[in-house]
Amino acid sequence: MKTLDHQADVRFLQDEEGELLVVSSGSWRVAALKMVVPILERQTRNIRNQSLRWDVSRISSIDSAGIVLFKHYLDQLQAQGCKVEVVGASPAQQKLYRMVASSILTPPETRRSPRSRLLQPFNRLGELAMAFLRDINAFLCFVGENLVVLILLLLQPWKFRYRAIVRNIQDAGVGALPIVTLTSFLIGVVIAYQGAVQLQKFGANIFVVDMIAISVTRELAPLITAIVVAGRTGSSYTAQIGVMKITQEIDAMRIMGFEPHRFLVLPRVIAVMIALPLMIFFADVIGILGGMLVASLHLNISFTEFIHRLQNVLEMKHVWIGIAKGPFFAWLIAMSGCFRGFQVSRNTESIGRYTTISVVNAIFLVIACDALFSVLLTELGI
Amino acid sequence: MNPVILVSDVVTRFGDNLVHDGISLKVQKGEIYGLLGGSGSGKSTLLREMILLQRPQAGEISVLGHDLMSLGRKEAAWLQRQWGVLFQAGALYSSLTVAENIGIKLKEYAHLPNNILGEIVRMKIHMVGLPDYAAELYPAQLSGGMIKRASLARALAMDPGLLFLDEPTSGLDPIGAEAFDKLILELREMLDLTVVMVTHDLDSIWTIVDRLAVLGDRKVIAEGNLEEVMRQPHPIIEQFFHGERGRIRSQHGK
Repeated sequence: MKTLDHQADVRFLQDEEGELLVVSSGSWRVAALKMVVPILERQTRNIRNQSLRWDVSRISSIDSAGIVLFKHYLDQLQAQGCKVEVVGASPAQQKLYRMVASSILTPPETRRSPRSRLLQPFNRLGELAMAFLRDINAFLCFVGENLVVLILLLLQPWKFRYRAIVRNIQDAGVGALPIVTLTSFLIGVVIAYQGAVQLQKFGANIFVVDMIAISVTRELAPLITAIVVAGRTGSSYTAQIGVMKITQEIDAMRIMGFEPHRFLVLPRVIAVMIALPLMIFFADVIGILGGMLVASLHLNISFTEFIHRLQNVLEMKHVWIGIAKGPFFAWLIAMSGCFRGFQVSRNTESIGRYTTISVVNAIFLVIACDALFSVLLTELGI
Repeated sequence: MNPVILVSDVVTRFGDNLVHDGISLKVQKGEIYGLLGGSGSGKSTLLREMILLQRPQAGEISVLGHDLMSLGRKEAAWLQRQWGVLFQAGALYSSLTVAENIGIKLKEYAHLPNNILGEIVRMKIHMVGLPDYAAELYPAQLSGGMIKRASLARALAMDPGLLFLDEPTSGLDPIGAEAFDKLILELREMLDLTVVMVTHDLDSIWTIVDRLAVLGDRKVIAEGNLEEVMRQPHPIIEQFFHGERGRIRSQHGK
């Protein structure tokens, strides 16, 4: 029953009087229809202004998809000026035809004019530009709302969610220490190695200390730590808030008078702003340690020598500048993470999309902010 | 006549929690069969076992003459094309439009040209009573009733002979629920369906269900048409049909 019955067929025959006869047979059910479509498509195209008979008596079973197919070609033949007489339909088939046909609507043809095809790239560009502006606008609104809530909270500081802040510091800061250790150690190693090769040529081995100390503390440690935090914490903020949005938890909070900015956003933003500078200092130490190790193995600079040189060349301002970048980076990461979380709409796919967007945004903003710092501080001569 | 679904002595256990302890029932061709029972009585689990989402620990389930406990991969694939399932929350793919949701199975299995496919999809959309513009909407943009209708259209995409409904009217307002019941009756008439539905909607039970089984105490307490079931003196049935809501409902009759 399974396979034998799953054959559909249609034949176009010429009878003695020259009248065209269409004989369809077999199972006209959805799984078998693909067998008759090419035949029908080929044959019906060339039949115009003829009268023909369509014999359906040998169709063993038909479903609604079969009816749609039948009606499609029947309509097409009639549109081409043919007179079609359908014979041999069983009462059950007629009934199904009537019921299904009442559900078939004439397709509303929506063809775009060819002009709009040419303009499509420009349309798209315009739409993207508008979406970008709307995005900026929405972000500024979000920042504004956040600031208002922050100011109100500063007037009533006991209303801060200290417990949530501490928990977020634990998650975003302490939890990230292993990966920060690993990455900053490797960065120190890489810088020392690359520097060593160049500096050895000039016999200026000892300068590797200057190089490691300044590049790690001032630029690399803040940047690498921020990127790790953006990928780890920013993305999780978007996903957490996005899921809460989908499950209507955010709505529930709002109606209970729990301002989401107070309960969700500010604790996260403040937590990251506290944790990131500390992590940058930690990354400074580990990065220099990595460099020190390579220097002693590869360049024969002993630990004491290294530390002595370090004390002479590493001005405190480099360390402070690196750490001072922390809160700015942290604010950008946490705000874009939370902001994108609130943009999640009701479908599950958008969580993935906005999580990606939030991380990409955060990393871009961090690097842009870093560039701004570089220019500014250089111009100021610091 | 062979029953469409035959369940015999099914035992299901989740860890220490015994859900079914020897459940047996029969669904005949062309009927609308109701699975009733309180929350946690295992009716949804039984439904999941019938559609190959779960496997009972013991017993036998056969659907359309195929034993589900010893099913080959090909047989399973064939069987899965013979039924449509309406999940409780719709389970529409949220990244696809309604039209794509309905068309996805057709596209995968029927290999029809796009214009015919589009026509079939539009016909199904109209058949379940959705407006034309719903085709291009995403599930997130639909109301509860529209989600139910869209997922019914998806369940019917391949013109299955067998339709499983998991609480089809839950979450609908009384008017919407009644319209949905009527729709199921019409579709049964039109497409020769056999319908198995999990429900606790008293109105549905009175108006559209032909035969039903009541699950409770890990067993089938009663099976048969409504009068037969109501005559059973079991306390759960007492509560269900002769409780406050049941009494009011039974005064109205069909």
